[in-house]
Amino acid sequence: MDSKELIARRVAGELEEGSLVNLGIGLPATVANYLPKDMTVYFQSENGIIGMAPLPEAGLEDPYLADAGGRFVGAIPGACAFDSCFSFGLIRGGHLEVTVLGGLQVDEQGQLANWVVPGAMVPGMGGAMDLVTGTKRVIVAMTHTNKGERKIVKKCTLPLTSLRRVTLVVTELAVIEPTADGLMLKERAPGVSVETIVAATEARLIVPAEVPEMRIAA
Amino acid sequence: MKKAISLAGAVEMIPENASLMIGGFMGIGSPHRIIAELVRQKRGGLTVIANDTGRPGFGIGQLISAKLVRKLIASHIGTNPETQKQMIAKEIEVELCPQGSLAERIRAGGYGLGGVLTPTGLGTIVAEGKPTVEVDGKQFLLERPLKADFALVWARRCDYRGNLEYALTARNFNPVIAMAASTVIVEADEIVPVGVIPPDTVHTPHVVVDHVIERNSSHG
Repeated sequence: MDSKELIARRVAGELEEGSLVNLGIGLPATVANYLPKDMTVYFQSENGIIGMAPLPEAGLEDPYLADAGGRFVGAIPGACAFDSCFSFGLIRGGHLEVTVLGGLQVDEQGQLANWVVPGAMVPGMGGAMDLVTGTKRVIVAMTHTNKGERKIVKKCTLPLTSLRRVTLVVTELAVIEPTADGLMLKERAPGVSVETIVAATEARLIVPAEVPEMRIAA
Repeated sequence: MKKAISLAGAVEMIPENASLMIGGFMGIGSPHRIIAELVRQKRGGLTVIANDTGRPGFGIGQLISAKLVRKLIASHIGTNPETQKQMIAKEIEVELCPQGSLAERIRAGGYGLGGVLTPTGLGTIVAEGKPTVEVDGKQFLLERPLKADFALVWARRCDYRGNLEYALTARNFNPVIAMAASTVIVEADEIVPVGVIPPDTVHTPHVVVDHVIERNSSHG
């Protein structure tokens, strides 16, 4: 299992039956692939739908049904469509249970930077700032380091997405829960030692006596 | 009865340097025929307010590639490297706005409100130069309303009176911008007799629609 699959499988374990969930583009979107077959989760796409589902098969594209990345998708029975104001009313208004997003940096306060690298990458924040500010549970799904550079840092050096403390950070090495006291190491990936995680993390981690291995969705 | 207008005639109404709100999300639900006609008539110096700029040469990306846009207010330009290139070269002024705030700013413009109080963007780059307002002990950022000279709206169906019905995720910003511009021009997949769209499924009432593009007209 590669790093990204491990992360996606672990995040899948956080989603609950019947909940309203928004998955970001890229790695977060793959979380949907690892839910139990009998589980119903309502996926919102911020471009205006609840009940997004994979396209049943190639050739069945509806030109007016796409995800937030512009890729054609399908929908489950009972799906509903709405405009951008309503969509962000769900997000900002606290009606969305979980959002899963990628990250560039997370710091000791649990604050996330994930939308811009000034001078290098300026894609715009899209819905990220509203999602992180308004969603009940914000899960950051990202690799622990980027080309050897540590991404879980003392203080974000990249521009913040929101002042809000995120709920959980899931990487290929660890599950970390930002708390009022700092970053709590909750789980380690199979076969990964606490020392390896600490070495790959610039931020101070609160390490309990027992750090269990990750529960990975089968 | 809403007077139908030719595609060329619609774009002839839009002067150089006009401000345009354009519907669509990554080109899904954008008025592609109007956009292509803006390019054909080389309408330059535009201010564009839209969610994104599509991809290079696709959707609003066509206007960017043709260098017709002077100023852009959008939430996301990551899928269009050409927009980023022109921004870095200072050929286009870009204001990035969180997507939910952008939608609400347009809504505020169309609904006669003086602004939006939102928690989104507090403490970030987005908050720079903007006032914050405390309400019941909570801080909010004051985002200003947006209006435009023209809204270029896509709809799945438009009836003879101008009532509009959208489709799935192609709805997005279309009904929001239809409230916020001085002149609203609609490009619809189908133009249908009054009554075909039942009253309960009219998403945008005809009173805000000014012009409907003839279904089969081409330029000239």
